[in-house]
Amino acid sequence: MTAPKTLYDKIWDAHVAHEAEDGTCLLYIDRHLVHEVTSPQAFEGLRMAGRTVHAPEKTIAVPDHNVPTTAGRDDPSNMPEDSRIQVAALDTNAKEFGIHYYPVTDVRQGIVHIVGPEQGWTLPGMTVVCGDSHTATHGAFGALAHGIGTSEVEHVLATQTLIQKKSKNMKVEITGKLMPGVTAKDIVLRIIAETGTAGGTGYVIEYCGEAIRDLSMEGRMTICNMAIEGGARAGLIAPDETTFEYVKGRPHAPKGAQWEAALNWWKTLYTDEGAHFDKVLVIEGESIEPTVTWGTSPEDALPISAVVPTPSDFKGGKVEAAARSIEYMGLTSGTPLTDIEIDTVFIGSCTNGRIEDLRAAAEILKGKKVKEGMRAMIVPGSGLVRAQAEEEGLADIFKEAGFEWRLAGCSMCLAMNPDQLKPGERCAATSNRNFEGRQGRGGRTHLMSPAMAAAAAITGKITDVRTLA
Amino acid sequence: MDKFEKLSGIAAPMPLINIDTDMIIPKQFLKTIKRSGLGVNLFDEMRYDDNGNEIPDFVLNKPAYREAEIIIAGDNFGCGSSREHAPWAIKDFGIKCVIAPSFADIFFNNCFKNGILPIVLPQEQVDVLMKDAEKGANARMEVDLEAQTITTSDGETFAFEVDAFRKHCLLNGLDDIGLTLEKKAAIDSYESTAAQARPWV
Repeated sequence: MTAPKTLYDKIWDAHVAHEAEDGTCLLYIDRHLVHEVTSPQAFEGLRMAGRTVHAPEKTIAVPDHNVPTTAGRDDPSNMPEDSRIQVAALDTNAKEFGIHYYPVTDVRQGIVHIVGPEQGWTLPGMTVVCGDSHTATHGAFGALAHGIGTSEVEHVLATQTLIQKKSKNMKVEITGKLMPGVTAKDIVLRIIAETGTAGGTGYVIEYCGEAIRDLSMEGRMTICNMAIEGGARAGLIAPDETTFEYVKGRPHAPKGAQWEAALNWWKTLYTDEGAHFDKVLVIEGESIEPTVTWGTSPEDALPISAVVPTPSDFKGGKVEAAARSIEYMGLTSGTPLTDIEIDTVFIGSCTNGRIEDLRAAAEILKGKKVKEGMRAMIVPGSGLVRAQAEEEGLADIFKEAGFEWRLAGCSMCLAMNPDQLKPGERCAATSNRNFEGRQGRGGRTHLMSPAMAAAAAITGKITDVRTLA
Repeated sequence: MDKFEKLSGIAAPMPLINIDTDMIIPKQFLKTIKRSGLGVNLFDEMRYDDNGNEIPDFVLNKPAYREAEIIIAGDNFGCGSSREHAPWAIKDFGIKCVIAPSFADIFFNNCFKNGILPIVLPQEQVDVLMKDAEKGANARMEVDLEAQTITTSDGETFAFEVDAFRKHCLLNGLDDIGLTLEKKAAIDSYESTAAQARPWV
C-alpha cells in the first residue's frame, strides 16, 4: 500500500518530468499565463539566445497591469509612452511566438487571473504559473499555481518546466458556518492575521473545512489569491462538484469523452485520510467577523469591532514596524476602526473583481448614494464580468450611487496605470496589498470585502456592513 | 549570469521587517522592457523625497553606505509582488548579497537567477551582523560562498546553508535554461506520457 498523500503531493507527483539525486525536480507546467509587465525581458532573452516558445498552445497572454480603465484606451495614443511600449511589446511577442492572446480590444480581456478561469484555461490538477504573485488564485480549482520571476518566465517559455524543490504541506481548516455578513475576504484576512505574512513561507497551503466547502468558486479564488500574502508558495482547495459545475462548458474546458476522462481523474484529487501535514491551523468559522486592515502589511488585519493597536502590543521587529505603519497610515492607537474616515473606494482586482463581488457591492449600494466628496470606482475584472454586470443591471446601480464604472484591468490595486491615490488619501480597497505606496505614493489602503467597501462608500468611513439597514 | 565566489564589502543595516518588493522598487519603475538601469530607483520612496531629493537619513544615502554591497535585513525580506525588478534594482545598485532571518519565497528564487546570494541566518546571528554593519564603512564583511561562511569585521565567523545545486550555479555563473535543455529528452518523454494520461490538458 502506498502512503497516504495530500492533494499537493498528488499534483506534484503527476508533474515531475525529471528528478535529480538531490531532489531538485523539473516540474512540468500545464498552463503559462503572461502579462505585459513581467514578460518583455523574458521574450527578449529568448530572442537573444535564439530560442523559441516550447509550447505556445499552453501559453496565454493578456495585458492588464498597465492598461487604462477609461474609455478610448483602444487608441494606444491615449496611453502614457512607457505603458504603450510595454503593451505593444506584448502584442508583438504574442504574435511572433504564436501564443493565445486577448488584446484590450477583445471583450474577453481582463486581469490575467480572472481571464484564465473564465475561459476554462485553468483546470483541476494542473500546474499553472505566471510572472505574478497572485497566480495563487488558480489554486481554487485544485491546481498547483504560483507566481514566478521573469527569469523563470523565460525558463518556462523555453522549456515548459520549472526547476523546483518540493514545499512542505500546511493545512488551514475553517470549520462550521460563517456568520451573516462574513465573506471569503474576511476568512483570508483572518487567516493572514493569524499566520503572519511569513507564516506560509516554504509551504503549500490546502484550505479545507465546511466553511471553505460552502464557498462558491469565486469565493475560493479570493481565498487562494491571498495565499501569497501569507507567504505560501501556493494555496489549494480540493476540487468538488462546485468546481466541476463551474468548469463545465467553459471555452477551453474538455468536452464529451474527454470531459468524462478528466472528471474521473479530478475526482481522485483530494487529500487521503491520514496524510501528513507539516503545519496545521484550525479556525472556527463562527468566530470570523468582517475584517479590515489598519496597517501596511496584510497581516495587520483586525475584526471590525477592534481598535487601532498600540506598537507595544507586539513583539520583536513588529514593534518598530507597527509604529512605522501607524505613522504612515496617519492613525492614532486606540481609535475604533469604525471611526476611520476614508475618501476613496476601490472595488476590483484579481482578489475581488468577479461578478459575485460586484453583486455583493450592488446589494449594499442599491438605492443609496456615495457620500459627497468621495471618489469611488468599480473596475470589473474582465470585459465579460463588465458585460454581465451591465446585463444584470448592476452597472446602473453603481452609476446611480455615484461610482465610476470602469473598463477591466488591475487599476488601483497596484496603480501602474493612471488610477492612483494622492499622498495622504485613504482608500477602502477590495484588493490584496496595503503596502506603503502600493496604491500611489503616500496613499493609505484599508483592505476589506466588496460589501464592506460599498458600505464605506455610503458612510464615508470604515463601517460594519452588518449595521447598515 | 555573473559568478558569485567571494565578496568583501560594506554591509548596510536595514533592520525593518517585511521589506516588500513595492518598497524595493515601486511600480512606476516596472514600465521598462530592460533589466538594467533600475539601481538609481532602488528603495525609491524611502530614498528620495517628493521633489526627488535624497533623504539624508536613509541608510543607502549615508556616506558610509553608498558603496554597500551587502544588505543586512529584518524578517521576511522581499515579500509581496513577484517582480524580478526587485533583484534587478538591487544588483544594479551594486548589492550582491542579502542576509536576513527569512526571505519571501519568490524573491529568494529570483536572487539566484541574477547572481545575488540571499543568506538565511538565525535572528541572533543576524543581530550580530546588524551591529557590525552599523559600524559603517570601516567594517567590511566577507562572504565566502565556496566555504559557506560570513566573517565580520571583528573576525567572527558564521556558517550558512545553501542549496547545493544553486551554489553550483552561482559559483559557475550557469544559465538555468541551458542546463534544463540538456534534459530535453526527459521533458519530451514526460510530454508523451502525459498526453496519453491527460489528453485534455
